[in-house]
Amino acid sequence: MAYSEKLIDHYENPRNVGSLDKGDADVGTGLVGAPACGDVMKLQIKVGADGIIEDAKFKTFGCGSAIASSSLVTEWVKGKTLDEAGAIRNTEIAEHLALPPVKIHCSVLAEDAIKAAIADYRAKHAPAEDASAEPQVA
Amino acid sequence: MTEGGNIKLPIYLDYQATTPMDKRVLDAMMPFFTEQYGNPHSRSHSFGWEAEEAVEKARAEVAHIINADPKAVIFTSGATESNNLAVKGVARFYKDRKNHVITTVTEHKCVLDSCRHLQQEGFDVTYLPVQKNGLVDLDELRAAITDKTVLVSIMAVNNEIGVIQPLAEIGRICREKKVFFHTDAAQAVGKIPLDVEAMNIDLMSISGHKIYGPKGIGALFVRRRPRVRIEPLFSGGGQERGFRSGTLPAPLCVGLGAACAICEADMDADNERIRTLSERLYKGITEAIPEVFLNGDPEQRYHGNLNLSFAYVEGESLLMGIKELAVSSGSACTSASLEPSYVLRALGVEEELAHTSIRFGIGRFTTEAEIDYAIEVLKARVGKLRALSPLWEMAQEGIDIKSIEWAAH
Repeated sequence: MAYSEKLIDHYENPRNVGSLDKGDADVGTGLVGAPACGDVMKLQIKVGADGIIEDAKFKTFGCGSAIASSSLVTEWVKGKTLDEAGAIRNTEIAEHLALPPVKIHCSVLAEDAIKAAIADYRAKHAPAEDASAEPQVA
Repeated sequence: MTEGGNIKLPIYLDYQATTPMDKRVLDAMMPFFTEQYGNPHSRSHSFGWEAEEAVEKARAEVAHIINADPKAVIFTSGATESNNLAVKGVARFYKDRKNHVITTVTEHKCVLDSCRHLQQEGFDVTYLPVQKNGLVDLDELRAAITDKTVLVSIMAVNNEIGVIQPLAEIGRICREKKVFFHTDAAQAVGKIPLDVEAMNIDLMSISGHKIYGPKGIGALFVRRRPRVRIEPLFSGGGQERGFRSGTLPAPLCVGLGAACAICEADMDADNERIRTLSERLYKGITEAIPEVFLNGDPEQRYHGNLNLSFAYVEGESLLMGIKELAVSSGSACTSASLEPSYVLRALGVEEELAHTSIRFGIGRFTTEAEIDYAIEVLKARVGKLRALSPLWEMAQEGIDIKSIEWAAH
């Protein structure tokens, strides 16, 4: 199977490999996929006080396309707001890396990973906001 | 490690997919392309006679390596055709009396697909499971045979994991129960000693290109005493005892014969070298890389096939990372699919490990330097991919990945 240069570059020189402290309140963690399906992606974002994603890290168990897709999205989400990052579509990932049709699911998984990381971050903050909001109502 | 020194890259370690042709085989074939180009079925002139003589010599060479009567060997286009002819041919010929075929779930696709075809024609097929080591359970085989069973088809050496089925025991059971025994020996001929008499084998499929012979030729042994009858797949001039019509490709037949003769003469020396290299590769990998598992029985195997699971590293990404090594993640026939190997699944290998397997095929022309180079490549790339693997990270943290509720996708 012939892969694009961009894909091979991301596979051979993956960006932002690593882990952030998942206990940190500023960190959102998305873990998607399943080992039995041959793909697992862990994507983490660190969100600044201004609501901008200031750092992103990933680790992926999966084929070269899955590794490249997750590497690419760590680059894309940095500097974006949560809403902007959440608007990234799998089709953009697939197009950028020229994924072959049998590998489209890798881009879907990468989109899911961003959404899961954002949801995790928001879940961490939602109860706190509610708690601080309550006394004001009372 | 970016350069191979005096090693030619990529290194070919896929001898189960196909083998390079031995130059001695090519030498034997050459005259039959350009000088002695007669049709071996031509009876009216010397061109035909000399081609026929060469084909019959080749037939005897093929027969000799499996201790068969040369008259019981017919040439085909390869093991896929031989398997089709054996499985469908026997079942269809005896369909008035018997309608049941037994095979195993780890057979090559061409046997499984032939059996599915027979089911569509109304035959019953039993697909025997295999044990964790890849071997068939003889008690289960015995229990599966009924008075309607016409054929048992069980491969000799598995193409994906290299395990050797207990042929002599299977043959004894089949003979005792008066059932024909076919074995797909594409990966076994020339590599392990085979004897159709001692093993009570009634039909055997043979491939040319797996034994350093030409591509596009194979053979089928069809026992004459006691006689096994088959319905041919092709209609035509009735060549090859009426079992396989079509003009014999004399140069290819000569090549298959020469390949068998060389394999027979060199078998002990080849096996000794291959075993040493296989052990060197296995030790080199497992001593340097933790959590690598051998698939299939460790003893009852052909050593030129080493199928390993590299836990926490997905096989396809590993293949991409070790592009200096020409290996495969299973059989070439299914290497385009994303499904994990059905053979490994049949062994009870968990899906997550089945996704991490690589087959290393070692053969006559593999060198020690190539094996050492392969070990170095693997050490570097498996380490790199594990550093990238969230599953490896979890394992290091002591998290059991089975305790996590994964969302299947």
